[in-house]
Amino acid sequence: MSMPGMYVSPEQLMQDRADYARKGIARGRSLVTLEYGDGIALVAENASATLRKVSEIYDRIAFGGVGRYIEFDQLRIAGVRHAELKGYQYSRSDVEARSLANQYAQMLGQFFTHELKPLEVEIVVVEVGSGDEANQLYRIQYDGTVMDEEAYCCIGGDADAVRERVAEGYDPELDADAAIRLARAALAGPEREIAAPDLEVALLESNFEDATHRRRCFRRLEDDEVAAALGDDDSDQEDS
Amino acid sequence: MPFFAPGDDPGASFLELLRRTGSEPFAGFAQVPAAEGAFGSLESSHATTVLAVRSSDGVVVAGDRRATSGNLISHRDMRKVFPADSYSAVAIAGAAGPAVQMVRLFQLQLEYYEKIEGKPLSLEGKANQLAEMLRAHLPQAMRGLPVVPIFAGFDPADGRGRLFQYDVTGGRYEEQDYATAGSGSLHAGTVLKLGFRDDLIESEALALGVQALWHAADEDSATGGPDPVRGIYPVLAAIGSDGFRQLSDTESGEVFAALQAELSGGSSGGAARSDSASGDPSSAGGSRSEVLS
Repeated sequence: MSMPGMYVSPEQLMQDRADYARKGIARGRSLVTLEYGDGIALVAENASATLRKVSEIYDRIAFGGVGRYIEFDQLRIAGVRHAELKGYQYSRSDVEARSLANQYAQMLGQFFTHELKPLEVEIVVVEVGSGDEANQLYRIQYDGTVMDEEAYCCIGGDADAVRERVAEGYDPELDADAAIRLARAALAGPEREIAAPDLEVALLESNFEDATHRRRCFRRLEDDEVAAALGDDDSDQEDS
Repeated sequence: MPFFAPGDDPGASFLELLRRTGSEPFAGFAQVPAAEGAFGSLESSHATTVLAVRSSDGVVVAGDRRATSGNLISHRDMRKVFPADSYSAVAIAGAAGPAVQMVRLFQLQLEYYEKIEGKPLSLEGKANQLAEMLRAHLPQAMRGLPVVPIFAGFDPADGRGRLFQYDVTGGRYEEQDYATAGSGSLHAGTVLKLGFRDDLIESEALALGVQALWHAADEDSATGGPDPVRGIYPVLAAIGSDGFRQLSDTESGEVFAALQAELSGGSSGGAARSDSASGDPSSAGGSRSEVLS
């Protein structure tokens, strides 16, 4: 691939790739993940009801991605495969978010340095703790940088501003509904409103009334449940 | 972390993913040499009674708890009825090891599909997946380790319970009213045939299933009956529009106590029920302990 007279320094090459990835990610809407009293809420601004940003990986693990849909969806599927194979070969309790986050980091790092273009994605991998275990929140960037976050975590184009807005209203004792309301306000900012159908919401719930029937902690909220949680529609709230 | 090129992707099949990552789920089986008599005959190795009955609310599934090795009882609390996912159940007869492995693979496959595709398989699709696993298992079945499952579930598309019977070759047969498998299936099937009505509600279907199991255990030494001394009762599960629910041992015990009251000619079901539910061995009559032995 030698092109005489076209030398590009490694610093410049990496910088260009990072800029390219960041631009791609900035085009999409953001996603907020936050711990609440009994679990973790994942809330994304997403007008599509079928192309999901938030998904189930394993019993206690969820995935969220922003940026190019096809790229983070491939990562999601790879994560489900990794988790299912590990659970099959060892046991379900051996599947954990930390190892999954490291695998993702390796993969994204590999793409960033070795492929023609980096993946234009940013992802979160979160695990809700069982019993007294703490929750785990990992944020993984397009270049494979992993960050171990506390309490809440924001990804996407507007992540820094969204994070500040979450920080202002955050309280670890929030209930699920309040957590979803805070996430919506943070995603929307002061000048916009986001309607319930444009929000994608899923919960990783650590406490169930009937634990034996709920090995899988992930629960996706339907539009009417989201509206009820937000208090947008009073009649829905009474129904649920 | 497994990553596949487009066009080379194993898709939503967990079995295919296992093959592609080097752990063929059925490979070890195909290499087992045919050892004459080593595993017993095909006849004796599916010693069990499992059954499913359609009710007006969905479907109920039941199975005894006995596992045998030849003429010895190897386990008294074996489970042969499992949730396949939240709206279906699988019950197994046959060689215990491969049967339990097949259930595990089946459960994983259904959940895997749901996660990859973002929605669960149709009930028909689930039934076909199980048939595919049975076909992959055929070489081992021919070596004397057959697996014969029953698959039953609530079909949200139809709003009713549906049940499927299989043979060792992967033949899949949808039944309308009830299905049985295992060495006691002839006796259980007869009881179900005589007692089935189109309008059975869930509790009646459970009672009929329990009656069928009891008669199967009465005639077939390889089928276990209720064991009030140890508090071990056949596994009973009901699947309706609200999903899979397994009855607790106490609930199962109550269904059996009602049957006991009926069989012993007691007109008051309530009194006999409290006797047996207390687990008092003396309340199980002499004729009953012979049945259990």
